[in-house]
Amino acid sequence: MRDLLSRRRFLEASLFTGATSLAGARLAFAAAPTESRFVFVLLRGALDGLSAVPPVGDPRYASLRGQIALAKSGADAALPLDSTFALHPSLGFLHQSYAAKELAVLHAVASPYRERSHFDGQNVLEGGGVHPHELQSGWLNRALAALPKAGAAESGVALGANVPLAMRGPVEVASWSPTKISTLDEDTLARITDLYARDPLLSRRLADALESDAIANEAQAAANADGDMKPGNVVERDAGQRRGLNANFTATARAAAGFLKRDDGPRVAMFDTSGWDTHANEGGAQGQLALRLRALDASLAAFKVALGDTWRHTVVMIATEFGRTAAINGTRGTDHGTGAAAFLLGGAVRGGRVVADWPGLSGLHENRDLRPTRDLRAVLKGVLRDHLGVASAALDRDVFPASAAVAPLADLVRPA
Amino acid sequence: MTATQNSIAAAIAVNRFGLGARPGELAAAEKNPSGWLRRQLEGAPPVLRSEGLEASAETLGKVLALRKDLATARREKKQGGEDGAKVAAALKLPAIERPVYIEEAHARFAHAVGTDRPFLERLTQFWTNHFAVSIDKVVVLGVAGAMEREAIRPHVTGRFVDLLMAVEKHPAMILYLDNQASVGPNSRAAGFLARRGSAPGAGRKVGINENLAREILELHTLGVDGGYTQADVTTFALAISGWSIGGEGPNRGLRRLGGGKGRPGEFFYRDALHEPGTKELLDERYADGGVKQGERILADLAMRRATARHVCSKLARHFIADAPPQGVVERMTQAWLGNRGNLVNVYEALLASPEAWGEPLAKFKTPADYIYSAYRGLALPVGDKRRSLQAFEALGQRNLMPGSPAGWPDTSADWDGSSALLKRIAWSDALSQRLGDSRNARELAPQLLGATLSDATAHAVARAQSGAQALTLLLSSPEFMRR
Repeated sequence: MRDLLSRRRFLEASLFTGATSLAGARLAFAAAPTESRFVFVLLRGALDGLSAVPPVGDPRYASLRGQIALAKSGADAALPLDSTFALHPSLGFLHQSYAAKELAVLHAVASPYRERSHFDGQNVLEGGGVHPHELQSGWLNRALAALPKAGAAESGVALGANVPLAMRGPVEVASWSPTKISTLDEDTLARITDLYARDPLLSRRLADALESDAIANEAQAAANADGDMKPGNVVERDAGQRRGLNANFTATARAAAGFLKRDDGPRVAMFDTSGWDTHANEGGAQGQLALRLRALDASLAAFKVALGDTWRHTVVMIATEFGRTAAINGTRGTDHGTGAAAFLLGGAVRGGRVVADWPGLSGLHENRDLRPTRDLRAVLKGVLRDHLGVASAALDRDVFPASAAVAPLADLVRPA
Repeated sequence: MTATQNSIAAAIAVNRFGLGARPGELAAAEKNPSGWLRRQLEGAPPVLRSEGLEASAETLGKVLALRKDLATARREKKQGGEDGAKVAAALKLPAIERPVYIEEAHARFAHAVGTDRPFLERLTQFWTNHFAVSIDKVVVLGVAGAMEREAIRPHVTGRFVDLLMAVEKHPAMILYLDNQASVGPNSRAAGFLARRGSAPGAGRKVGINENLAREILELHTLGVDGGYTQADVTTFALAISGWSIGGEGPNRGLRRLGGGKGRPGEFFYRDALHEPGTKELLDERYADGGVKQGERILADLAMRRATARHVCSKLARHFIADAPPQGVVERMTQAWLGNRGNLVNVYEALLASPEAWGEPLAKFKTPADYIYSAYRGLALPVGDKRRSLQAFEALGQRNLMPGSPAGWPDTSADWDGSSALLKRIAWSDALSQRLGDSRNARELAPQLLGATLSDATAHAVARAQSGAQALTLLLSSPEFMRR
């Protein structure tokens, strides 16, 4: 309530002075509890981990994958990681990051969910429980609640119009996406703020929206001044950049960076993208999935540039609800599967390695899917504990309820 | 009912069960709010008419012809020939489909704003969302709207089984969930391809695509907890292998095997692709009978208790509260099972439930709800085709683009993000600035919100410093954000 009042006062004050424009508003986030930044990127629709991170060294890979198998060598070859794994040729930035030891690749991972519904799979992954629809809030929100010196209500932001389940919960999380508010004046906003005074949900939301918008505008102004939005930048030159897909991902990633790089800004951000459900004509080195991976890769590269020095404090986790079938299906795509790939990227990641207890493609789960050998919660717990400093007890009990048996995976991040 | 109870019930009927009050509508509904809704279910559902609308078969016919040109051009290019013009022409697929999409989206928007049977229209859109296809998959861009007109509208007051059958056989659904080329591993087509020496297509791995089968079970009928297994999904996919689209099809040999081409762009059952044999699914045996096998399975699914419960639960969530009262869901389920899935009986059970009339403003409007109610309340003309669709884009709910077969979500938390709220306020302000003093917000407020109008909102509207600001305050008010 204190924060709300101070925001209200700001609006009222600006009414009287008339001097501060909305775009230039400076609204401080509550003191942040940590230097570390964490971003969760959710790829909705089930990323094909066996194409994103093809196990080209696995003896069964090429025959299972048929027409969409990626080559070990030659034109359009997959980008090698080690003797077993490679990256999809569209993931050039991730490959560079691997070489720079800023990317750890995870394989054969899965949430506790073992059925094949996207929507339930996402629900389990975002909720952080074991069964679909068991929890009404998300693990990332509960992690925010458990941060040391909790109370930093604005320590999370969701990039998008609304807040996805992973970030819903007791801690107020703002959402942000570009909004043209050119016609709105402070007087009207102040009146709406008054009108919402007896509506706790709307008054919280409006205050958050105005703060986030002010910060985003400031970040945009700073970026323009720094010149990292100018043409000629490495990322901008990417031929695929003109495609709408790339532009959207990239704009979102840049906006996230704008929030995270502030000393007084949120420490945790989330964004999600859909369209990974490649049932038909998935393509190999070229095609549908390749285009989408290229867009993701370019947006992550842009994110790194936009973050500047803050990159070294940052961990980005990229995950999906489950993997896809090991074999190509009848329509040159893949169906819903189980074991998936995931990525940890950032200056704070202990990268340059594939973290996988590889089950191989010969003993498949239910005779069709990559067998999962690691619980994604172990990875998330490891990052939350070692990077954000969430206490183990809170991780076992609140963030991922009744998960004491799932030990946090150690050594994923560099010591601060 | 007392006068106050009646005016609350009218606000619920018009704003929650309908699409938002038009001036005068609340007064018309007040005498008998529930009867006002029931009357809208009587008579044939309206047919949308507009010059630019065309049958899905017509649109798809053009699309398929273009795809064929593209394949030919690509082949010629590979063989040394160069026909850039042909390829360029063929790449204009969205250029054919996008204008059709705009016509469809515009027609459905205009209908939602103008209809005097808004309850029926809300039900129509509920079903369109239940059987969601999404235009981010380019091939359905031109036919998603036609699917609503052809498969959904005619059956909204009919039986669920007819609705289900029409949707699952609609080319938009077949294409959206990839069933057109799903091939049974023991089908004649699979055998044919295996035997072909070095001819094109030989050695190509063919098989089923389980996408449509899974989503029918998970989303359209039983629901994810409806008691089916992965084996049921696979079996069902085998049973509906061959459910495809007319047109040239994969290749000439297969066409001969499959009983010809069918009519381009229409549902076409390709027997050569169908997996032969009896199928066992959910403890029932289904003898082979070509297309009839899948139809029999669908008919049984339509009358399973799990299906009735799953769908009634979604209806109750849509109309009553994010957490639907279980008593209502059970009464609706009984009405379904006791009346051969007759949907009007189900809607009647919903309207007869006291819970449906209990709490005004329990639902947070979706962006589409918000736009419809603003247009209806302010009697705005839908106007220019492209521009009228920008509102949906700006507020985050593009027409017919839910992004996944699960459709748009339906709870407050899915739509009440801080950025989403600011977008609504900014949009309503831009609209109000445009309208200026042409609308009197003070007079409109009781006409749009009736008994749900709060003193705070009435006061704020009355004290506004301009007509435009008064309108922004009315449209941004907590009670106008909800239904």
